Amino acid sequence: MSDLTRLTPGVAVLLQGNQALARGALEAGVALAAAYPGNPSSEILESLADSASSAGFHAEWSANEKVALESAAAVSFAGVRGLASMKQNGVNVCLDFIHNLAISGCRGGLVLVTCDDPSGVSSTNEEDARFVARLADLPLIEPATPAQCLALMKYAFELSEAIGQLVVLRSLSRLSHTRAAVTPGALPAGRPRPHWDPADPAQRWATLPVVPRHRVMKQKLQQAGQLMAQAGLNQYQGPERPELVIVASGSSVLYAREAIGLVDAAARVGLLSLAGTWPLPAEILAQRLANAGAVLFAEEIDPFIETEVKAWAAQQGGALAGLSFHGKADGSLPEVGELTPGLVAAALADSLGSPWRSVEAGYLERARATVETLAPVREVGFCPGCPHRASFWAIKQALAVDGRQGIVSGDIGCYTMGHRPTGFQRVNSVHCMGSGLGVASGLGQLKPQGFDQPVVAVVGDSTFYHAGLPALVNARWNQSDYLLIILDNSATAMTGFQPHPGTGLTASGQAGQAVELEKVCQALGLAVEVADPYDLEATQAAIYNAVRQGGLKVLILRRVCALVQGRRGGHPFKMRIDPAKCRGESCGCNRFCSRVFRCPGLYYDEKAGRAAIDEVVCVGCGVCRQICPAGAILAEGEGEAAA
Amino acid sequence: MKALTSDPLGIVITGVGGQGNVLMSQVLGRAFLAAGYSVTVGETYGLSQRGGAVLSQVRVTASGVLGPLIPENRADAIVSLEPLEALRVLPVYGHPGVTVITNDRPLLPLGVLSGQERYPAPEELKSSLAGLCGRLYWLPATAVASQLGNPILANLVMLGALLATGLVPLTPEQIDAALGDLFPAPKLALNHAALRQGLALAREG
Repeated sequence: MSDLTRLTPGVAVLLQGNQALARGALEAGVALAAAYPGNPSSEILESLADSASSAGFHAEWSANEKVALESAAAVSFAGVRGLASMKQNGVNVCLDFIHNLAISGCRGGLVLVTCDDPSGVSSTNEEDARFVARLADLPLIEPATPAQCLALMKYAFELSEAIGQLVVLRSLSRLSHTRAAVTPGALPAGRPRPHWDPADPAQRWATLPVVPRHRVMKQKLQQAGQLMAQAGLNQYQGPERPELVIVASGSSVLYAREAIGLVDAAARVGLLSLAGTWPLPAEILAQRLANAGAVLFAEEIDPFIETEVKAWAAQQGGALAGLSFHGKADGSLPEVGELTPGLVAAALADSLGSPWRSVEAGYLERARATVETLAPVREVGFCPGCPHRASFWAIKQALAVDGRQGIVSGDIGCYTMGHRPTGFQRVNSVHCMGSGLGVASGLGQLKPQGFDQPVVAVVGDSTFYHAGLPALVNARWNQSDYLLIILDNSATAMTGFQPHPGTGLTASGQAGQAVELEKVCQALGLAVEVADPYDLEATQAAIYNAVRQGGLKVLILRRVCALVQGRRGGHPFKMRIDPAKCRGESCGCNRFCSRVFRCPGLYYDEKAGRAAIDEVVCVGCGVCRQICPAGAILAEGEGEAAA
Repeated sequence: MKALTSDPLGIVITGVGGQGNVLMSQVLGRAFLAAGYSVTVGETYGLSQRGGAVLSQVRVTASGVLGPLIPENRADAIVSLEPLEALRVLPVYGHPGVTVITNDRPLLPLGVLSGQERYPAPEELKSSLAGLCGRLYWLPATAVASQLGNPILANLVMLGALLATGLVPLTPEQIDAALGDLFPAPKLALNHAALRQGLALAREG
């Protein structure tokens, strides 16, 4: 990333939505920014961390999102500005704190950014985190472009400070990862000195007594609605008496604008672009919907605005209640998956009674049929040289030898793919951060009732610190019986190699205090073993022995992420196939290496009639030479010379 | 600022995670911005980085703000770092007049490695692509990049080829300048060379 303080005010640059959000926070004079890595949100804190020393504030990767928000709230209590950014899942992790924070209120501007992920491009779900605004009566802001990301981030801090309440800003994976021209403003000359007056009754940040404070929470939301209306966050463009109004938020504002052009309906259709969506902007809705014939809602994931506007319109009665509403509820737009300009155009055209096609039907049919016939699916997989492939190989082999149908509960990270073919489908359940250990903890209690299958939990190093630790404490306390395998690749790899407590590096790349996996587990009184997953035989033996012995045990499989290793100068070997040893179809192994191991660097060359190394893809980790029954895969290089 | 061949101009850049697709879209985006156009670059990555298909979109207009997505079947050019991925995006972004520029070097999906699925023969893939677009450039970008010393340079070779199509009103020098913002000086010469080799390759083809 880069130091965003170096941008020149007034000079447009190409910024990613996430970078624009970060620059907005810098211009707002943020004093503490905290996050846990999670795509599509990760670049916000990365950019802030890279700017922290120049701008003189604190940026950190926190152990999890709840701690991140609590830290940001703390500086708000002390009168300065705090930011916590996360992906949609993170909002769930924070939920208990949010609901209480909303009652206690806060002082310095406090903003929570959630980056939701329609279609689950880099997520295990496509949750719409806007629910939190309604649940906790928090103002909700939804920018549509990178330029708005910057402007509305600054506004969110001001609004929060004006009402003494947390403000939620919602981005989307598409917006967070869109680059467009953004013109930076000025950075603040200074920041107020943080101070928390313990004698000031207005600075007692607690929820009691609940009912009067709950009333204040409601009043703050009302006040926010007035301020947001005055700020003109929501805009209408189109005819005074349109046949239809599209009500849109986020990226859908741009899709809707484009859709109106695609179906050539600018004279008939208006666009109400909402950037302040909660509380519902009743004034502009009443003004713009009263003259409309119908309404089409364009928003990502849940019909949040749609449902609320319909409830509100029913309450208003009259012409508003009689409006014809189109959106996700009536099937005009799909209930799941990301929206596109074409989907909005088709829904608009249908609502106007004149169907629209993106291209002639014949072309579409031919193109689809060709893809169907010719193009094999491109399944996601571990990178060449990934230690996780080796780890899951060892788990699969060891549990097969054990023969008792071992169960593996997985967790969140690259190794979530353990339940896909690349991980030999050896993972049997995956849910959220840390839940692999919790599931194993329960399953490990069933032995006395006849459950004789070994239980293994697999968790990444970063995820272990995030939410695995309480589950492991629970397992130790209640004497659950399972093998915890920590896949320690020394990075939060999935989200872009961010450091975590075990690495000892902070977000800005400075030395922090490393929290060592072994010591944490040993402090719980657990036996801890460490193995190198690249050494398949030793790893398989360690897993086999542990499940045979039973009891709660920890095995750390330690090997740096292959992509990180690539940046550090790469792997030691040059792999090749010995043509004298690889006998192809006559071997009897039935193409064991490519068929079963499935590293993208290794394929079966039909023409040559034997296995081959794809030199463009292979990184030279040397693991595959251990799996060939004929010993035909050779590793040439210094490592071998030493061996 | 030269007039765009179509406004908005939409370029899809596709390929497999790790091929330098996102970088390509960034370079193109910066070059367009520096040349005075309004540009929006949409990137898809995340889980797709791990061996899956990765797609970026570069949208350009003389003025105004464009959304991150090219409307369905409205791309002007599809640049693909892997031939199968060029085909895969055609139902979504293609139309009879689209220009397709693809690297000819396959990267085998897992299902093909394991023998459960088949990767189409090059000629079959090439003729199918030709039948679904207006112009096809089928180029040995990885081979050219490997000769230059690193297969990762295939992305710059492909960017050079895109310039050769005439769809993009940018000069190699404007791309060089954008690269200068993103790469340390010692790496620039090789990138510049790859760009020019791609340009020559597509002009010959």
